[in-house]
Amino acid sequence: MSALPTRTDEAWRYSDLKAVTALWPVPPATVIDVASGETARRHLIAESGIHDFVITVSAGARMNFHVLNATDAYGRIAIDVTLHNGAHFEFGGVQIGGGLANLEIVTTVRHIEPNATSRQTVRSVLGGTATGSYLGKVAVARDAQKTDSVQSVKAMLLTRTATANAKPELEIYADDVKCAHGATVGELDKSALFYLAARGLPPMEAQTLLLRAFVAEVFEGADPNLEAAALKALENLS
Amino acid sequence: MLQIHNLHATVADKPILKGLTLSINAGEIHAIMGPNGAGKSTLGYVLAGRPGYEVTGGEVTFTAPRRPVLDTGLGFSSGAAEEGSLAPHQVRGDVDLLSLAPHERAAAGLFLGFQYPVEIPGVSNVQFLRESLNAQRKQRGEPPLSGAEFLKIARAQAAALGMDMDMLKRPVNVGFSGGEKKRNEMVQMGIIDPALAILDETDSGLDIDALRIVGDGINRIMRKPDKAVLLITHYQRLLDYVKPDFVHVLADGRITRTGGPELALELEREGYRELAA
Repeated sequence: MSALPTRTDEAWRYSDLKAVTALWPVPPATVIDVASGETARRHLIAESGIHDFVITVSAGARMNFHVLNATDAYGRIAIDVTLHNGAHFEFGGVQIGGGLANLEIVTTVRHIEPNATSRQTVRSVLGGTATGSYLGKVAVARDAQKTDSVQSVKAMLLTRTATANAKPELEIYADDVKCAHGATVGELDKSALFYLAARGLPPMEAQTLLLRAFVAEVFEGADPNLEAAALKALENLS
Repeated sequence: MLQIHNLHATVADKPILKGLTLSINAGEIHAIMGPNGAGKSTLGYVLAGRPGYEVTGGEVTFTAPRRPVLDTGLGFSSGAAEEGSLAPHQVRGDVDLLSLAPHERAAAGLFLGFQYPVEIPGVSNVQFLRESLNAQRKQRGEPPLSGAEFLKIARAQAAALGMDMDMLKRPVNVGFSGGEKKRNEMVQMGIIDPALAILDETDSGLDIDALRIVGDGINRIMRKPDKAVLLITHYQRLLDYVKPDFVHVLADGRITRTGGPELALELEREGYRELAA
């Protein structure tokens, strides 16, 4: 790893640099290579700290990667993915933090050959004075026609003092591609909260029920430990 | 069961209820009618405790009657409470309704049927209702219902209201038509089995057949000696199916007239302007 990042490094713009300094230098990235035609599944319930992954998905192969980033301190998950012809990368990330947590998911998805597809879904739930960031770059090379990529990023702020950053970024050199991205930041629907209360649910249970629904789609079909850990993190938010 | 005395309430600092007094006894069905903007929906929200509806004066006392023990779940659909099925911890006295949080009011036995039921994507009806019901039971010191016990009750109530079990598994009100949402409110009321139901324009958006089904549902679930209903409505037609014992006219934040079922017919004929004054 190179020199300690600073605030001017785009990929570290929202990071807790004090925590980064204490963690520096970081261990080398975990390398995952998915061979042609294979399907790899990975999931990570992340402890605090910096988690780097460098992933290569060969022609016709598929990688499903699901992460839960729910620490009460600094947690960074950075993924650099290279997709070959017809490869698919499926990414689901949930970030849950209150207090002083600083959580970030930073992805670079490189479509270097034609016909590759990628789908990223990220949901963040932030309370206290927590910060949650998603920086996602999709880079499509000149030859990578028929690229199909989607980034869906949503954040829910439980307090006025929490912060969400979402930065989907597209760098496209091919001319026959589909690259969709959507980012929203919102708060819990007050009329839904009252509806649940009017049916007897105490405020914290009502909040947890709505938040569970908010993050549920991310972990659909993934390892059930992820959802269980996410639920626990949501319950601890109160 | 419910004593409202000189209730004043504001929404965004604007006075809406201006000294409303109303008394509802167990076994009674009351209808509140009135022109748009009179404060009908505000009354429902204030009684249920919706944030943003501020009480600036008056008192509301809620006396939940004794209720049947629900530990087998059979109490829900077994008709009127029988003396032998009562447990001492079920007995509740007078409570100052306005001092309770919304979820506590629900647990005490108050149910608000929404004029515009809220859509909750990602949460199934079944999950929502089971968690709600068990949250109420927990607050009352009753044991939770198992999934099987709950489903038995839910199935019976859905069937009685002609609602497909599939709809109970779908996310709460998402993609439901206006009529289906209102029917779903009645299924919820049947499952929760409240002591007092405040039904805010439950008849709006219903076609003739649905109106009859919903009317039958209200009678079946709530027309009992230990329960009471406050129907908020614009129109007389629901009252053809659910016969009120009392009809009140709410105008400019107060009850201006009270009568029997004939008052609703008179209103339908003459309009509010003549009668409310």
